[in-house]
Amino acid sequence: MTVAILADRLGKRYRLGGRESYGALRDSLSRFARNPLNAFRPKGEDRDGWVDALAAVSFEIRHGEILGVIGRNGSGKSTLLKILSRVTEPTSGRAETHGRVGSLLEVGTGFHPELTGRENVFVNGAILGMRRAEIGAKFDEIVAFSGIERFIDTPVKHYSSGMQMRLGFAVAAHLEPDILLVDEVLAVGDVAFQRQCLGKMKDVSTQGRTVLLVSHQLNQIRRLCTKAIWLDGGRVRAEGDVGETLRQYEAAVLDGSETLLSGQCFRGWEVAGGDHTVRTPDGPVTIRVHVVVGQDIVAGHLGVSVYDDEDRVMAGWAFEPVSFRAGARTLSVTVPMLPLRPANYRLRFTLFDRGSNLTGGRLVESWPAVPLLALSVPPLSHPQDEYAGILNVPATLSGDDQVAPIDAMHDRPPEAVVGRRP
Amino acid sequence: MSGFPSSSHPTSSLPVHVIAPAGGVLPVRLSEIWEYRELVYFLVWREIKIRYKQTALGAAWAVLQPLLAMTVFTLFFGRLAGLPSDGLPYSVFTFCALLPWQLFAFALTESSNSVVANQRLITKVYFPRLILPLAGVCVGIADFAFTFVLLLAMLAYYGLTPGWAMLTVPLWTVLALATALGVGIWFSAINVRYRDVRYTLPFLTQIWLIATPVAYSSSIVPEAWRPVVALNPMVGVVDGFRWALLGTASFPGPTVLVSSLAVLVLLVSGLFYFRSVERTFADIV
Repeated sequence: MTVAILADRLGKRYRLGGRESYGALRDSLSRFARNPLNAFRPKGEDRDGWVDALAAVSFEIRHGEILGVIGRNGSGKSTLLKILSRVTEPTSGRAETHGRVGSLLEVGTGFHPELTGRENVFVNGAILGMRRAEIGAKFDEIVAFSGIERFIDTPVKHYSSGMQMRLGFAVAAHLEPDILLVDEVLAVGDVAFQRQCLGKMKDVSTQGRTVLLVSHQLNQIRRLCTKAIWLDGGRVRAEGDVGETLRQYEAAVLDGSETLLSGQCFRGWEVAGGDHTVRTPDGPVTIRVHVVVGQDIVAGHLGVSVYDDEDRVMAGWAFEPVSFRAGARTLSVTVPMLPLRPANYRLRFTLFDRGSNLTGGRLVESWPAVPLLALSVPPLSHPQDEYAGILNVPATLSGDDQVAPIDAMHDRPPEAVVGRRP
Repeated sequence: MSGFPSSSHPTSSLPVHVIAPAGGVLPVRLSEIWEYRELVYFLVWREIKIRYKQTALGAAWAVLQPLLAMTVFTLFFGRLAGLPSDGLPYSVFTFCALLPWQLFAFALTESSNSVVANQRLITKVYFPRLILPLAGVCVGIADFAFTFVLLLAMLAYYGLTPGWAMLTVPLWTVLALATALGVGIWFSAINVRYRDVRYTLPFLTQIWLIATPVAYSSSIVPEAWRPVVALNPMVGVVDGFRWALLGTASFPGPTVLVSSLAVLVLLVSGLFYFRSVERTFADIV
């Protein structure tokens, strides 16, 4: 096997203090007017600090390998992916990619709501680097993979987000690059579609192609990858065999030395099944959260809330008074059901001591939990997002005897049309 | 395996990309842009589709806009102010200039906003960023084609038959687009860092319209001043259009030369500026 990706001391340094962001020309001009000499000062002398999003990261992937990249939020995983896909440039080091690179940092990039599914397939394919003839040749296959043949000439704005996701992934899955860079995009969707996607990725590697997968879902990495690399603070903390790397990672999370994955006292969470995915729409769901506290919590407050990808609160619960002894503890929150639409959600756990936010309690920690909570359940509500709402609950329709079959052609009772129509 | 030839090829045939921090003056890789020509095509196609899907008037608006402008110009500048139109009906005289002007103004706006408008693409996928202002410039061509037919109808109505000079129309069109691209490249890149720049664009376009002989004739500019005025490339474009379609005066040679040189300077400087800042686009936008 030959080298597919070679990374040699890759680094990416950002200036702290928001210099690397857009502003108004007006402000820059007035800054210049106040102190014209500043403009001639070498940039390096700036008092603002620098932050290394990535520091001296080296590794090698051979053709046919699937490399999983793990690490907490902000450990440099996304930066690495962006550098390898040439979206952004490194500030030091170098990398080589051998073969056509396809990057999947987002599904459905460039989809326009006004265009039909068919039109979007072509635009999206071109954006991902496919030739027009190539898209044309694979068009039927792409549509079949997505499973939305009937709606292919409907504007995408009428699609549910799940349908858009499917179509977007179907295009990307047919990109057939030598090297595929994938960000955590597979976690959404129902179980069947997830399996379809994972299967496609397995195919890719058996055909001698290379996959680099960034994910918080350790189980996904375990199932798919042959090698893993663990990034921590922009540096490689461990790399090699996937089982061994994950063991080290999990050990660090549990003993608290991987503190930044967890919060200060919140050290991790999982659904009672052991991973971070809810698979049944009708519950019950138990969420376990691990805390380590230095002193006793007396008559405190535990808040748990669920946010969607636009940071809207979907649900929330509060428990008072909460008391437990210092040390490592596990708290379990059980709800009879979590009837939310299939998607990724973020949990937030908040702990107060001696009261709550309303009664002057001491905030121990408010933790935006990682990884995300994935709801991989069949969609049960309206197939179009704009009418579906946020709840995922089944419904039936019945009527008096006037609501009856009009002719023999339609001699079946009305049934609920739900998210994923065949 | 089928449909995927490269995996069965020896590795030596695989394209190798070296990713490293770039320093110094970056070369403008036109060959890479050529490789991505289909993406340009699809971006333009997408914008045109959306343009005609979202507007109730669709293509009608493209035609209506210059027609309304022509009516207003004819009324105020032609009738009331009595501006000379080289002995031609004022309406067709000004319409002939409004056409390339509108193409230019639209192309300028589209390309100047192109990078910021496509920030999602920029942060997710690699492609030569220059494609964005390039595609932005091309979107207006559909509108232009519609109005051009209208112009031909007007010429016929007034009994004006353009000669062989009409064959040069594509040339003037390209010059107009190149002008828009030259300025658009600059603006699209500056726009990424300074978002207030876009607010100056409508103002700039207004001033530019006045500085261009759309409502009046180049002949009212004193001879000695013409080369200076021609530094505005749109002067060359408008004079070229009028020469090609209306047969006014003689071939505006010196004007065209100066205008073309000005465009060249704009384009080349814009390309290098764009190249030097494009690698920070994804970090800033």
